[in-house]
Order: sequence, then structure tokens, then C-alpha cells
Amino acid sequence: MNITLHVWRQKDANDPGAMEVYTAKDVSADSSFLEMLDMVNEDLAQKGIDPIHFDHDCREGICGMCSLVINGVPHGPQAATTACQLHMRSFKDGDAIYIEPFRARAFPVLKDTIVDRTAFDRIMQAGGFISVNTGGAPDANAIPIPKTAADKAMDAAACIGCGACVAACKNGSAMLFVGAKVTQFANLPQGQSEKAARAKAMVAQMDLEGFGNCSNYSECEAVCPKEIKVEVIARMNREFLGATVKSSS
Amino acid sequence: MSSITLDSKVPSGPLAEKWDKHRFDMKLVNPANKRKYTVIVVGSGLAGGAAAASLAELGYNVKCFCFQDSPRRAHSIAAQGGINAAKNYQNDGDSVFRLFYDTIKGGDFRSREANVYRLAQVSVNIIDQCVAQGVPFAREYGGLLDNRSFGGAQVSRTFYARGQTGQQLLLGAYSALSRQIGLGNVEMYPRTEMLDLVLIDGHAKGIVVRDLITGEISSHAGDAVALGTGGYGRVFYLSTNAMGCNVTAAYRAHKRGALFANPCYTQIHPTCIPVAGEHQSKLTLMSESLRNDGRVWAPKKKGDNRPANQIPEDERDYYLERKYPSFGNLAPRDISSRSAKEACDDGRGVGEFGRGVYLDFSDAINRLGKNLIKERYGNLFDMYERITAENPYEVPMRIYPASHYTMGGLWVDYNLMSNLPGLHVIGEANFSDHGANRLGASALMQGLADGYFVLPYTIADYLARVGAQNISTDRQEFKDAEQQAREKTQKLLSINGSRTAESFHRELGHIVWENCGMARNETGLKKALQMIPELREQFWRDLKVAGVENSLNQSLESAGRVADFMEFAELLCQDALHREESCGGHFREEYQTDEGEAVRNDDKFTYVAAWEHTGYGKTAELHKEKLEFENVKLATRSYK
Ligand SMILES: Cc1cc2nc3c(=O)[nH]c(=O)nc-3n(C[C@H](O)[C@H](O)[C@H](O)COP(=O)(O)OP(=O)(O)OC[C@H]3O[C@@H](n4cnc5c(N)ncnc54)[C@H](O)[C@@H]3O)c2cc1C
Ligand code: FES
Repeated sequence: MNITLHVWRQKDANDPGAMEVYTAKDVSADSSFLEMLDMVNEDLAQKGIDPIHFDHDCREGICGMCSLVINGVPHGPQAATTACQLHMRSFKDGDAIYIEPFRARAFPVLKDTIVDRTAFDRIMQAGGFISVNTGGAPDANAIPIPKTAADKAMDAAACIGCGACVAACKNGSAMLFVGAKVTQFANLPQGQSEKAARAKAMVAQMDLEGFGNCSNYSECEAVCPKEIKVEVIARMNREFLGATVKSSS
Repeated sequence: MSSITLDSKVPSGPLAEKWDKHRFDMKLVNPANKRKYTVIVVGSGLAGGAAAASLAELGYNVKCFCFQDSPRRAHSIAAQGGINAAKNYQNDGDSVFRLFYDTIKGGDFRSREANVYRLAQVSVNIIDQCVAQGVPFAREYGGLLDNRSFGGAQVSRTFYARGQTGQQLLLGAYSALSRQIGLGNVEMYPRTEMLDLVLIDGHAKGIVVRDLITGEISSHAGDAVALGTGGYGRVFYLSTNAMGCNVTAAYRAHKRGALFANPCYTQIHPTCIPVAGEHQSKLTLMSESLRNDGRVWAPKKKGDNRPANQIPEDERDYYLERKYPSFGNLAPRDISSRSAKEACDDGRGVGEFGRGVYLDFSDAINRLGKNLIKERYGNLFDMYERITAENPYEVPMRIYPASHYTMGGLWVDYNLMSNLPGLHVIGEANFSDHGANRLGASALMQGLADGYFVLPYTIADYLARVGAQNISTDRQEFKDAEQQAREKTQKLLSINGSRTAESFHRELGHIVWENCGMARNETGLKKALQMIPELREQFWRDLKVAGVENSLNQSLESAGRVADFMEFAELLCQDALHREESCGGHFREEYQTDEGEAVRNDDKFTYVAAWEHTGYGKTAELHKEKLEFENVKLATRSYK
């Protein structure tokens, strides 16, 4: 099939950037979206044009590196699917496809569609952990954890930290991301002692990074490739409230 | 040159007491002095991430580097199936010794006993550590940890977190690392690529890096360097590795004098989604855990292209069950992969290109119900369907082997230090524990063992012996190495030929896969050894790299990595040619039984082949570390 691409090109962080038009010819329906871009890039490189830059690594939907807004939707049209797992059979011959970066105040563009998501790392550094040093941990079966709790923790822990939730939110909120980590630990006995401090520290850092507030549109849940549910935000708010009540009393 | 003697530094004494004794004998760094030392950790995967966090917890200053935008994205994230540990929670007869024995046997008796035993010993601590960090391992209804079986073992010792074990373990290590970054004990450098190792008086004291955003080349100095930079599976171009996986860090250390051990031990994983066409950029693994419930088969008749569901039971060849009745579908990877290749070579392959066999769940679904299968493997089934547009609950999966893991790597002693003092190598980047073939769920174990429980102790021995040196990057050695890195970058950009690095990589991968893949022979290897230098020469003449030096430039990143694969591929084939035996993942067609099983040559080849770089395009020089077996008897591996 043949596709017309409208792609965001931006030389570096200071460049204003603009959409450019390219064509992808003879695309196999079995190729992945990123493989289609590889083809276009091979073509551009032949012509001496700097290829379209996009972040990617694992290409199996788990590293969270790929970060394209495709036709206005972070990761594109297929539910529960990262851009790298999207295949061209989701499109048809003659389609026009718009490709842009994950946009948010806290995610500045570095080049083309590549953005800086280190704000997520800094939130994790503020409190996204259980404070145990290596060594001296008790036997792994010393504390039984009910399967339901472990499963809930796992549901939240599935987050790949891609930032689609932020890109989808009109406020650029990172609540789904933070809520997922807070919920994972809050469901486990190991995470209890720090749960209040954790929620407080992560939320404070989130605000500092310039992520917006949540106004309950649930756009984040709709685009999350790992189907993290907005309930994690409620859980985070509960932990956060608990923390502020505790510290003010 | 050639004056190198390989001292494995394996402690004396009974196997089970070596590690304890060694920990007692090693020098310690006084807690108050630890902050005087800086350790450079390259890599933030299970090995690098765990090491950086643990070293910082102990009080060292740590600088950690990775090329992705965040340490959480290291390729360890993609591991699906699980992690082994000799916990014996299932009471099925597991023990440290059994895990040790399975690993030695799985590696076809080509690994170092003492290292493997230590690995089995610390495996139990890993699970404890990860649970304490909040890793949500799968649990039984009673709340205790669940286990599954993996290939090459008859006990259930694999811990898992759905199909995302690597992700959860890495996020555990990343959490610990994040905590130390937040506390100011680790300086983290994401989107930063190591381009060279810097030696001062023969000791590894720093690295040269390129900032992948600005393109700036600079140096970092430290008291020791640890490489946890992963495997070189992308030498085959198509592999289950992430697109950025490379041999660059290891290979450039090799060019500075670090010996490269057993490069020809590569693992081809039996259960990957087959190649779908020319556009293919990578292959996707379907976890080995699927072989717990899936049955592998190919049609009995050649060229049988009926849909799977229309091939009657008695016209199917469940070849693993037939050939290896006691291990069946759980035969080790090398054996399963070769059997799939045999079936396809025999004209019985399935799918569009005839390079595929079936992995069939219909029996399991009938026996256990679709829901249970969905609970166990749902995400893998979904992934399969997304990629192939086929529903594996209804039609069997098609699978074919693909490059997946590399057992070879930089040579290290028992302390995980290379022959270059100060240079430590951990995780998949070293050669240490898996011999000629790695068992499933043992790489995660080794990465975390190295990072959490081995390196943090052993590095102290080196540091205490040499003392803190506070080396400055103003030294000439750093300036020279930076200059060389800059010149290489400029050279790549200035060729201005007609082909992209990606296209050269594809061609190189094809040569290596065809001649040094699942089965190798002298003629093919010699052919490859002729073709690779020719291609490399063409690369340096006709490469085209778009963009500029001082900016984010993915074409340039790729070109630098491909340039190293171009040299490394030759070393790989050279090693494969010299090893005139079949063992584990290294199958030389000349050395097999009438039934097609591997034949080792223990008299001649019970050694680690450690290669010394002798110059660009020159034949590397072989050094041997003899392997001593005091606790196991060398036997022919049998899974029948
Ligand atoms: C698809 C897949 C599934 C797997 N499943 C399993 C499983 O179920 N069980 C199991 O035990 N094993 C499994 N493995 C193997 C296992 O995941 C790996 O061997 C292991 O995770 C490697 O960890 P590592 O820390 O050594 O390297 P990696 O996780 O690859 O980390 C390498 C690090 O080095 C950095 N790096 C590399 N080069 C440079 C450079 N030049 N400069 C700066 N930084 C650099 C990277 O940024 C990264 O941070 C699987 C592997 C794959 C590919
Ligand atoms: S490239 Fe890893 S999730 Fe898409």
C-alpha cells in the first residue's frame, strides 16, 4: 500500500519545528509501523536528508521507549498497543497519517518526535521505591501475600513509563503514571511503612516538574498501552490525603 | 602480547565453601573510606542497575551510564519467562547442587565449576531481595510464591511475574537505583554512549562517552570500571534483542586489551515468531514457558501445506516428544532449535517461507480450559496475535529459532575482573557462567547475582589493593582517547557513500546467520571469514551517514555500532572455526552422531578460548584457560 505521511520535524529543542510531508511506497501490511518508518528513513538517507528521528528500542511493547502520536492519539489507533506493536494492516492504501511527538510541558522536544521524559525518572527518585538495601532481606516466603493483592500490585506494576498518559491529557497530568507506582507498593505489605511519605514525595516532584492536574477525563486510561486503570489515581489521592492529614495532625 | 596468563583466581577448598572462604580472604574497603572511591558502571540493566545501586548503598560514589533515555529501559526489561532460584519451595528435590549441576550440564560442560556453584548459592538471596523491593511475583492462592518449569530442568524452580518477569525485576533494580540517585550517591547519565575504555598504567580508570543529545564527546574517570552492557546477539542483525543492543562497549574494551572469551557460544532461541518478509527489523520471542503447555510439531509429509487444523493427528510429528521422551517439549534450547531447523531443512516447515514449526495449545486448552491458558499466557497470546493477525487459541502458533542470547563475552576471573586490572564485566557482557548454552531463566539470575551479590564484594578487593587515586580526565591518556573517538566519528560522517549502516548491518547479519548460526561447518565459516572483511572494506568506502556530528543523530549512533559488529563478526567466526567440536549452542556439522546429536571433544577443547586483539583486520591470538572439573563427571548430555 501507499501512504502519505505528515511528520513533525524539529531540528533541536530551540527550533520551532513544522510538519513535513513524505510518502511511503509499497508498504507491506505485515510490517510494523516503525518498520514502515525505517523504510521511509532508508529512502530519506539515500537522498541525503536527515532521517525522521523517533525513540524506539525493544519493539515489543515493553521498554516504553517508543512515543509517537499517530493521527492525534498517543501510540495510535489500536487499543492496548504501543506504536512499535502497531502493524500496517491497521491502515489502508491511500491513507494519510499524521505523526507527532508526545507533547506536554514536562516533556520538551529534543528532535523531531523525540522528547525528554527524564521528569518521570526524577519522580521515581523522589519516592518510587521501597527503602531496602541489598542483603539482609528475609526469606521471600516469610510474608505470604494474598494472590488477589499480588495480582492487583502486578496490574499496576505493568506500567512501562512511556508517558502516553501525559500526552493524552489536556492538562499534561502524570497522575496515571504516579498512581500506578503508588498503587503497586500500597498493595504489598513491604510497601506499607513508607506509603504516606512515598505518595507525598512523588506528588510534590510531579508538581515541581510542571505536570498538570487531573480533571477526570480518563483520556490517560484510554491510551495506556498496558491498560492501567484510573482507579490507581483514586488510590494515589487516598494515600496522598492520608499523608497530608497525618503530617498536619 | 602472548605474555598473558589467565588466572581464574578460583579459591581453593571444597566447592561449597569456596565463596565463603573467598569473601573472608578478600580485602575490604573500610566503610569510611568507600566514599573516596568512584566506580564507573556502564549499563543499567539487571547487572549494571543492581551493581550501581548496591555499590552506592555501600558508600561508593557511582557514575552510571546507559544509551536509552532512562535506566528503566535497558533490554532486561524484555525478559518474559522467569528467573531460577534453588529455593526448593515446591519440595520437588531441588537444591543448590542440583541447580549447579543442571547449569553445568546445560552449558555442555564448558563453564567454570566454582562460578556456577556460587551462582546457584546466591540465587536464593536474589528472590528474597526482589520480594523485599516489592517485585510482584506470581503467587498461589495460599499467598506463597508460585513456580513454573523451564527447559533443561526437571524441577519447578522458576519464579515469574506473569509474562513480564524481566520488566518487574528491572523495575526493582531501577527503584533501588533511583533511590540512590535521589540520595546523591549515583550520578546517572542516560542517553550517553560509551565509546572507549581508558587505561592508565594498564589499569582501567575511565571511559570516553558521547552525549547522544548534543553529540559532545567527553571523559569520565574513576577508580574502577564495570561493564554491564549486555550481549552481542544483534551481530545476526535479526534477533530478539532490542534495536540498540550492541557490542561496542565490550569490543572497544577488547581493542584496549581485554580478552574476548568464547564468542562462538551464541544461543538461538527455539520459540520466536518467524520472519514475515524483507522489512523485518527484529524478531519477537514467545517465552519458553509456553513449552510447558504447548506441543511442538511439524507435518510428517514434506511440503504439506494444508492448514494445521486439517492435518490429522497421525500425520503430525511431535518431534521433540519423539526424540527426547523424558524432556519432551522441555528439551534445552540448543537441541530444540536444531530440531526445528532439521524439520524445515527436510522440507516439512510451515508458513509462507517454510521456515516455521507449530507450537500447539489445543491439547492444553482441552485439558485445562481456555481461561487457565489465558491466565498463564494471555499477554503472550495477545502479542502473537498483534504481530501475526492469527489467533493462537484457535490455530497453533508458528515459531522458528532466532538469535537471542550470547554466552560468550569478555573474559573475567572469579572476581568478575577481566585481564585488565580494574575492568570488571557483569551480566550478559561477560562469559562467565553458562558455558556453551544457557538454560532458560538463568540470565536474569546471573545478571542480578553479579550485580547485587558478587561484584559489590569482589570489587572491594581490587580497590583496597590499589587505593583511591583521584585520577583526573586532564591526563593525556583521556585526551588521546577522546581525540580518537572524535576522529572515528568524523570519519563515519565523511565517507558520504551510497549505503546506510542499517543496510550493511542487514547484509552482515545474513552472512553470519547463514554461516555461523544454528549449524556451522568449516567451508561455511571460511567463506564467512572471507566475506566479512570484504563487506567491512565496502562499509568504510561506501557508507552514508546523514546528519551532523554535534546533534542527536541516530544514523551516526547506528553506524558506530555496525562498525564494531563488522570487526567482531570476524572474531566470532574465527572462534567457531577453531573449535573443532560440537557443544551447546556451537554445533559443528562435522562433529555429530549418526542421530544428529552434538559430539564434544573433551580431550582437546575443555578450555575457555580467550582471544586477544592484535590489530585491525589481523587474526586474534588465542589464550586458553583450562577448565577443571572436580565435582562433576564430564558426560554426554542426554535429554532422551
Ligand atoms: C526477549 C528476551 C527475553 C528474555 N527472557 C529471559 C527470561 O525469561 N529469563 C532469563 O533469565 N533471561 C531472559 N533473557 C535474557 C536476559 O534478559 C538478558 O540476558 C539479561 O537481561 C541481560 O542483562 P544485562 O544487565 O546484562 O544487559 P541489558 O539489560 O541488555 O543492559 C545493557 C545496558 O547497557 C547499556 N549499554 C549497552 N551498550 C552501551 C554503551 N556502548 N554505552 C553505554 N551504555 C551501554 C544499555 O543502555 C543498558 O542499560 C531474555 C532476553 C530477551 C532478548
Ligand atoms: S519500542 Fe519498546 S515499547 Fe515500543
